[in-house]
Amino acid sequence: MAEFWVNMGPQHPMTHGLWNLRIKVDGETIVDAEPIIGYLHRGVEKISEVREFQKVIVLTDRLCYVSSITWSHAYCLAVEELMGIEIPERGKYLRVISLEIQRIASHLMWLAAFGADIGLLTMLLYALRERELFLDLIEIMAGLRLNSNYTRVGGVRNDVPADFEKSCQRVIAHFLKKLDEYEDMMENSKTFLMRTQGIGKLSKEDAINWGVTGPNLRGSGADVDLRRTIPYEVYDQIDWEPAIEKDCDCYARSIVRMREMRESCKIVLDALKKMPPGPYRMKPPRRAEGEAFRATEDSRGEALFYVAADGDDRPYRVKIRSPIFCTLAAVPQMMRGHKVADVVSIMGSIDICVGEIDK
Amino acid sequence: MSGSLLTPNLVGLCRSLTEILLGIVKAIFDALSLPGLGSWFMSPGVVVFFTYLIATLVMVMWAALVNLLSVMWVERKLYSRIQDRRGIMLGVPWPWSKKYKRGMTNLGWGFLQNIADGVKLLQKENITPASADKLLFHAAPAIIVSSTIMVFAVFPFSENFYYTKVALGVLFVLAALSLGPFAIILAGYSSNNKYTLIGGLRAAAMMLSYEIPLILCVVAVVLLSGTLDPFQMVAVQERPLLGTIVPSWNVFSPPQMLGFVIFFIALVAELERIPFDIPEADAELVEGWTTEYGGMRFGFLFGFKWLRAFAGAGLLVILYLGGWNGPVFATFSVLGYPIPILPQEFWFLLKTYLVVMVIIWISWSIPRVRADQVLKIGWNRLIPLALLTILGAAVFKTMGWF
Repeated sequence: MAEFWVNMGPQHPMTHGLWNLRIKVDGETIVDAEPIIGYLHRGVEKISEVREFQKVIVLTDRLCYVSSITWSHAYCLAVEELMGIEIPERGKYLRVISLEIQRIASHLMWLAAFGADIGLLTMLLYALRERELFLDLIEIMAGLRLNSNYTRVGGVRNDVPADFEKSCQRVIAHFLKKLDEYEDMMENSKTFLMRTQGIGKLSKEDAINWGVTGPNLRGSGADVDLRRTIPYEVYDQIDWEPAIEKDCDCYARSIVRMREMRESCKIVLDALKKMPPGPYRMKPPRRAEGEAFRATEDSRGEALFYVAADGDDRPYRVKIRSPIFCTLAAVPQMMRGHKVADVVSIMGSIDICVGEIDK
Repeated sequence: MSGSLLTPNLVGLCRSLTEILLGIVKAIFDALSLPGLGSWFMSPGVVVFFTYLIATLVMVMWAALVNLLSVMWVERKLYSRIQDRRGIMLGVPWPWSKKYKRGMTNLGWGFLQNIADGVKLLQKENITPASADKLLFHAAPAIIVSSTIMVFAVFPFSENFYYTKVALGVLFVLAALSLGPFAIILAGYSSNNKYTLIGGLRAAAMMLSYEIPLILCVVAVVLLSGTLDPFQMVAVQERPLLGTIVPSWNVFSPPQMLGFVIFFIALVAELERIPFDIPEADAELVEGWTTEYGGMRFGFLFGFKWLRAFAGAGLLVILYLGGWNGPVFATFSVLGYPIPILPQEFWFLLKTYLVVMVIIWISWSIPRVRADQVLKIGWNRLIPLALLTILGAAVFKTMGWF
């Protein structure tokens, strides 16, 4: 049979947003793949140059609509380094708590989308049901569910209510029980293993060479977690273990995310216990000069912000390095030789978010 | 063994109904002093024509409306419950209820939702792609609908609830059900779209690998029952097993246990339910071979899948689960007709709906299997095991063990 190109996108159930994956198929076998992006470009980097430092947070919130706090936090860290300020201790703890709750919510969104991709729509509903609880927690913290606008330059927007620890404990106790159930649905389901094991192999060397980061890199067996390798906030004062799997396939990547959710629960509970009283925000200077960059561990990998300023009250240049933008480059290599149905397993397992790819 | 609700049978009942109706017509014409026209209406040819017209209508309405809507409703409610939500809840409240005054229509059982969806689909425009092969594109839904309805020409719901009695009934049902994949290939090819083409080719590959184990299992059943007639097949399963109260359903005989499992798996594949729904894998192929269809054409393609599921489950019940056999509870008589409280139709529908629910349960709890894995399961596992089933059945038949 002759080879031909099939467009999977820009509007396709597999895409999770607006982008296009062209695959060249020989019957059912993928010969080549070519990601085409740019359908969702909003020019966040350029718009940031005409906004004051604090007002950019509204834009960075919308970089990735399922993981907004982690992105705003990366920006705030970079700007704080630019200004040379140290935020109060309680603010750091609140940030860690909000980051980890956001990470769980983001990973649950991944689980939902991954389930729908491989044909398990029940997983979609289950994961969204539990995600709702964590969005409620974010709502208690920030007053908003999705684009929460919580981290600010100099701390966080507001303190948490007095009974927040109790709400967190209740939600997490419920969630850990459900997480066992989901792991059961994955590990004990022969069909799930058939769809994920040995699919989309990405060796450790290749992953590092392509610039793949985050859970995808840890699924390839590399022990890189920026929360531990370049500790920021108070991650070095909290007990937790990074999740690393050595199988390099879709299954390893999904197990990494499942284990990360468990670790995030541990971090939230530990941070709530260790959180000191005191102020949660300081007043940052209005203007700044110089340049700074900070990398943080986003839900999807290494989120890096480079901010330069020329003494004005707005950044001179903002550059964003988004993890999935780099991971997409490795996609054709992961796909070659697999079947058409494996496209969804591979794309689902790398947890794509078009908002941050196109920026 | 309980009796049937219909006496003597569907066509006989329709004949009595026709004779009553035509008697009224004759009386009217007689009163209008047109006795020739009146007696023409009572002539045998006209009576037979109207009898079969009414019987056909009853059977199609019963199968395609009542059971299709019920299976759809059961599926939508059941998978909603599996997914921890309530599912369809459209209901029209009674005009005197408080809900009606508040304008609430979403607190019902949701049975009307499917009808509402059908009305919506009817209102939509029927789009034919400019580059499609128009004849084949329009023929495919017609073939699916007609071949599925054709199943019910010989499909027995009980001893007396059938349209026609055919000695090769099981073969006819299998043949009518296997016409579906041909229409899928036609639809996939004629839409002139890459997704539908891949979907159609997948359907062709699936048909090749799953029709064979399905038919081989039926061969094993036929070997033991010695007939292709569904009525005799059910009658064979009626006697008690080795002096116990357990009926001798085929599923309880050792070689057929394996055959039952294989038939069930092959049936799920034949019906394109989720673990094997590769021709319309909606994550990778948008909607597979139905991508280019819109409006009521899509409604037919989509809705008749459920009727095929019902027919397939019914076939499974006839072949393996004793058909309409069931315990007798009580019978009362109306105008001299003995009417059982739980008639054969009840037991048949109960078993069929339970099988349908198991299929739904499976399809909403496990992911879709990849296309090449589906074929591998079919050729490497199911066909050898089906041959083993035939061997076992042959051994049991020769030794006279069952």
